Amino acid sequence: MSLLSDTGKYVLLMKRVLVAPDRWKMFFRQFPKELEKLGLQSLPIVAIISVFIGFIMTMQTKLNTSNPLLPVYTTGLVTRDTLLLEFSSTILCLILAGKVGSNIASEIGTMRITEQIDALEIMGVNSANYLILPKIIAFVLMMPFLVVFSMALGVGGGYFVGILTNIMTTGDYLIGIQYAFIPYYVFYSLIKSMLFAFIISSVAAYYGYYSYGGALDVGKSSTNAVVNGSILILFFNILITKLMLN
Amino acid sequence: MIEVKNVDKSFDGNHVLKNVSAIFETGKTNMIIGQSGSGKTVLMKSIIGLHRIDKGRIEYDGRNLPDMQMKDIRILRREVGMLFQGSALFDSSTVLENVMYPLEMFSDSSKEEMVERARFCLKHVSLAEKSFNLAPSEISGGMQKRVAIARAIALQPKYLFCDEPNSGLDPKTSLIIDQLIHEITHEFDITTIINSHDMNSVMEIGENIIFIDKGKMAWQGNKGDIFHVDNEALNGFVFASELFKQVKKANQ
Repeated sequence: MSLLSDTGKYVLLMKRVLVAPDRWKMFFRQFPKELEKLGLQSLPIVAIISVFIGFIMTMQTKLNTSNPLLPVYTTGLVTRDTLLLEFSSTILCLILAGKVGSNIASEIGTMRITEQIDALEIMGVNSANYLILPKIIAFVLMMPFLVVFSMALGVGGGYFVGILTNIMTTGDYLIGIQYAFIPYYVFYSLIKSMLFAFIISSVAAYYGYYSYGGALDVGKSSTNAVVNGSILILFFNILITKLMLN
Repeated sequence: MIEVKNVDKSFDGNHVLKNVSAIFETGKTNMIIGQSGSGKTVLMKSIIGLHRIDKGRIEYDGRNLPDMQMKDIRILRREVGMLFQGSALFDSSTVLENVMYPLEMFSDSSKEEMVERARFCLKHVSLAEKSFNLAPSEISGGMQKRVAIARAIALQPKYLFCDEPNSGLDPKTSLIIDQLIHEITHEFDITTIINSHDMNSVMEIGENIIFIDKGKMAWQGNKGDIFHVDNEALNGFVFASELFKQVKKANQ
């Protein structure tokens, strides 16, 4: 029952959000701030995680595929495709669901409990549209850049395995990352991540917008935003993979 | 003028407002008073349209709010200013930006005109110029209330709502805020509705007082009459403090 009611409330909220802003001037004033806050400020965490995951993924693949029958490029190929297909889109979005999702839910939730949203409504402003639309659009547009950035750093991280350890040569790795490359995987990954960005930002905004009570309740909204956003990402990952790769 | 006629409002079977009728006059400080939990906040939120009422009429100069579509309610709300209990200033903006916000959202004035109007409003509420570029968190509670009043009057509203304007303020600052609301009401001929349980405010600026008891409109009058009413609930509310007991004794 709660799932149905939450879904209904979410759809009604999105109906208010996804309309033309009352004033484009105000939208474009808010939009760059959101690009910076949700996108640019996520770069450090994306960079750190991507480099280390690329590094460890290459190491693990090499150490666990020591069969001489496997070609030398196996490690590079596996690392590249894992990063392209899942890590830099799905896993990265699960991480960002924590960072960006909690940020959005707590910001909007605090505005709700301190009556700032009521103040906007009393002024005659469509508060849902004014507060949520710039966040959704900014995050959806920033996500492809974050994904490409993550792919590049992840593959780059793997390259350092060859330099910093003696378990494989950089030459083998470079052959692997170029072997049988399918550009469609990048397209698939970008489309998928944009859908996930919409899920993260809109679900977090929903939980924040309908917060009530005090600081403790904003914390609960934030947790719900991260947990439910992550579950939806996993669910839609299966759906979109079936649609785009089958 | 705002007229409330036979308004009922329930939450999950809990009947909060019971057939409430009242008239809030233009150019006067109309006060809704009552004990905590009496339904005065629900009444105010119903009048503004934050709660949808179950039954009755809420007429803004003849325009019935419950009959309006959301689009029309938004247009009506541009004629409304509101002072919230916690001020509800946007904490990511400066004091000046807070006051400019409604102007930027709804007026077609140039940037310079908007800044000028915002500065005029802030000066009107006696806020020092050095505070204009500070964040709301960097100014005192009393100053925040002044900024909230300045923001509420920026678009020259016809209706001003104040929810517990003195909450969290010391008696002297409360008096200043009360007087400010009173002055603005008369100067701009606004229909002001103040939700309060502060008897000092009532005696200071209450020109039309509506007493709500257990969800019902129990009395309507002015501050001159309030000491001489034969209403047990109202007397219990008015003479709850030692100060007003002494005033009553002195009057007798």
